[in-house]
Amino acid sequence: MRVVTLSINGQHLSGRNDESVLQVARAHNIDIPTLCQLDGLSTWGGCRLCLVHVEGNNKLVPACVTNVFEGMVVQTESERLARYRRMIIEMLFSEGNHICSVCVSNGNCELQDAAQSQGIDHISLPYLYPERTVDASHDRFTFDPNRCVLCTRCVRVCDEVEGAHTWDVAGRGIKAHLITDLNQPWGESSSCTSCGKCVQVCPTGALFEKGKGAGEMVKKNEFLVYLEEMRQKRS
Amino acid sequence: MQTPQHLDAKNGRIVNLDDLKTIAEQEALLKSQLKHRIFVCMGTACQSCQSADVLDSLTREVSTRGGQAECLVTPGGCQGNCAEAPLVVVEPGGQLYRGVAPGDAASVIDSLKTGPVKRLLCDTTAPFFTEQTRLVTEYRGLVNPERIEDYIAVGGYIGLLTAVTELTPDEVIQQVTRSGLRGRGGAGYPTGLKWSTVAKAVSEQKYVICNADEGDPGAFMNRSVLEDYPFRVLEGMAIAGYALGATQGYVYVRAEYPLAVKRIEKAIAGAQRHGLLGNNIANTQFSFHVEVRLGAGAFVCGEETALISSIEGGRGLPCPRPPYPAESGLWGHPTLINNVETYTNIAPIIRNGGDWFAKIGTEKSKGTKTFALSGRVKNTGLVEVPLGTTLRKIIFDIGGGVPEGHKFKAVQTGGPAGGCIPAEHLDAPIDYESLQSLGSFMGSGGMIVMDDTSCMVDVAKFFMDFCATESCGKCIPCRVGTVHMRDILNKITTGEASLEDLAQLEELCDMVKYTSLCGLGQGAPNPVLSTLRYFKDEYMAHIIDHLCPAGVCAGKGQDIRRPACVL
Ligand SMILES: Cc1cc2nc3c(=O)[nH]c(=O)nc-3n(C[C@H](O)[C@H](O)[C@H](O)COP(=O)(O)O)c2cc1C
Ligand code: SF4
Ligand code: FES
Repeated sequence: MRVVTLSINGQHLSGRNDESVLQVARAHNIDIPTLCQLDGLSTWGGCRLCLVHVEGNNKLVPACVTNVFEGMVVQTESERLARYRRMIIEMLFSEGNHICSVCVSNGNCELQDAAQSQGIDHISLPYLYPERTVDASHDRFTFDPNRCVLCTRCVRVCDEVEGAHTWDVAGRGIKAHLITDLNQPWGESSSCTSCGKCVQVCPTGALFEKGKGAGEMVKKNEFLVYLEEMRQKRS
Repeated sequence: MQTPQHLDAKNGRIVNLDDLKTIAEQEALLKSQLKHRIFVCMGTACQSCQSADVLDSLTREVSTRGGQAECLVTPGGCQGNCAEAPLVVVEPGGQLYRGVAPGDAASVIDSLKTGPVKRLLCDTTAPFFTEQTRLVTEYRGLVNPERIEDYIAVGGYIGLLTAVTELTPDEVIQQVTRSGLRGRGGAGYPTGLKWSTVAKAVSEQKYVICNADEGDPGAFMNRSVLEDYPFRVLEGMAIAGYALGATQGYVYVRAEYPLAVKRIEKAIAGAQRHGLLGNNIANTQFSFHVEVRLGAGAFVCGEETALISSIEGGRGLPCPRPPYPAESGLWGHPTLINNVETYTNIAPIIRNGGDWFAKIGTEKSKGTKTFALSGRVKNTGLVEVPLGTTLRKIIFDIGGGVPEGHKFKAVQTGGPAGGCIPAEHLDAPIDYESLQSLGSFMGSGGMIVMDDTSCMVDVAKFFMDFCATESCGKCIPCRVGTVHMRDILNKITTGEASLEDLAQLEELCDMVKYTSLCGLGQGAPNPVLSTLRYFKDEYMAHIIDHLCPAGVCAGKGQDIRRPACVL
């Protein structure tokens, strides 16, 4: 581990060379939009919202999985990045069936937040209106795939933190979807411990507690960082 | 074949160049005792046309006539003109017979005395045969792919044993670097550089992977090479293992290639039996093992990080790079991953020296490249030419041009991440840089020729549909973007699209290309971008005039919009 100096948006900063651009930016209150990334889980690199420019690299790089290096020059905002981020969010809205007004997470949703911060009030892509079936077979929780953005946070928390690996993704491309166990109803899963971690890390209303009405589901995922710290201390 | 005396003493193990020489001499002796050798191609195309029955009936015909001692009938490899299967070659003389049926056995055997069977004869003086340079497909299939002795007789394993007994790992890498060989899996990354990166990585364990996933639609070069030269692929991998300090290799091959799988497994067993794989190769400290891993045929599993995940038993999903596999690959260890054809070039490079290889090709693209020539050309099949050869030469000389009465329109190279190159660039040399500057890509070697009967929007739609279906779904731009692009292309071909749709298509192309995680998404817009670059008039004809100039989306001069429902 070494301390390196770099610049983000013209600001001269320092960080450790085992830290990502995202970590260093956040430590200095520079906001980079993210969706799949969550402190306390492994990185995924799938949502592409955190793409930034790095001088000398003609490709855009994902801030969540790119480590800083000495002399790195990062630009987190540009007209082009704004356009791409907008399109990514529009793609998510077009892909699922996101009806905010009736959603349990209305007002407490990371997808909604991201759309708002990018100034999105309508989308220019046609809606795909996929047919997706809700799984309400679990005693305490419901999975509504219409609202799933496939960030795989639930898959990762279940595997990496709870150690159950109840969740995974099946299918390819636009047909990719979450499954529990070997594609059994969640309520019949023999590996699920009903810990509810997946519900708390889900950025939208796709996973929620039963009994919650529209706008009533507030997620709390701060426990993850705390858990990670405790586990590191113990080991 | 009998095992030579002194090999016997070592349990059949081949441990030095003298052993190879002994076997080669023995093979030469056997060959000199034969008046004729008849090779029946046992590749996938020929087998699907009953070449196994042809082999049987020829064998029976020879034994009925009591000619076994002087005439050998043996399985052989691909001749390239697979469309004319089953193919049979008679040596000496090299007569190539096409479309041979089991019932032709008597005529073929008669011909050994009376002269060639004219009705089956292929003209091997045609440019299709004379204008090729065969390096990867050396000996043009005149070796039995299942016999290690056949391979040794034509110089097989000299490369490995020279490397292990006479060269240091560094010297091996130097030769590969000097050769200028670049990866044949598509991107053309310098092979020597990749090897030295893995060699420098410090780790107790390193791996060597052969990428035989070959998922490009229409491509079959890697399959053919694996079927015909399995020992050479293994030899290349073992040389890599020696150079990098790796002891374990994997061949990742799709299960849809059952014959290639069978051949490579047989070759592994054969090489092990002779001590050319396994522990203490050439009685040195160097050990190298190879196992086969079967893929389920997803295109994305050809992408190196997805392939590694698949070998590990996970879903075939790409991961962000860096870290590159050379640093942290299979199970977190430094891993070399090269294409089948890249490994196939290694043994000859070590045998003949890097400088020899560097003489072939262009300044930046050395050696030869195999192509699967298909589409609207007279001669389809597997062809091999030096890099730098012009597209015109491949399509019009070797391929014989487009069918009578039609006009060449474009050639698609590079698979789903590639592009369509129009007639005005036919004189461009085929090398990594020039294809890229034309908006296409070398890819693994698919080459699809199109004439005036192909609609370029339809072609773009085909590839986009392929990418949408094969997208792994991990990242949003590729998962959702390819579907929207396909839908717009669909609208264009049915006359329902507006100019705004076209603008949106271009915007999506730009976004998906620059934001996707792996090469699949990054390359998916290319067929659209290249057809827009060269054939925008066809897009316009669909959108504005509702006509398909090629007459594909509707008959020529007919409105492409779906007729209104009459009910
Ligand atoms: C979507 C995708 C599919 C690929 N498929 C193949 C393939 O079928 N065979 C192959 O050798 N390389 C394929 N590649 C390239 C590999 O990732 C890798 O670069 C290559 O195997 C390296 O070998 P080389 O250096 O010998 O070319 C593919 C890449 C992408 C992005
Ligand atoms: S670009 Fe496509 S294939 Fe590659 S990781 Fe993203 S979704 Fe998967
Ligand atoms: S937050 Fe970096 S790719 Fe999703």
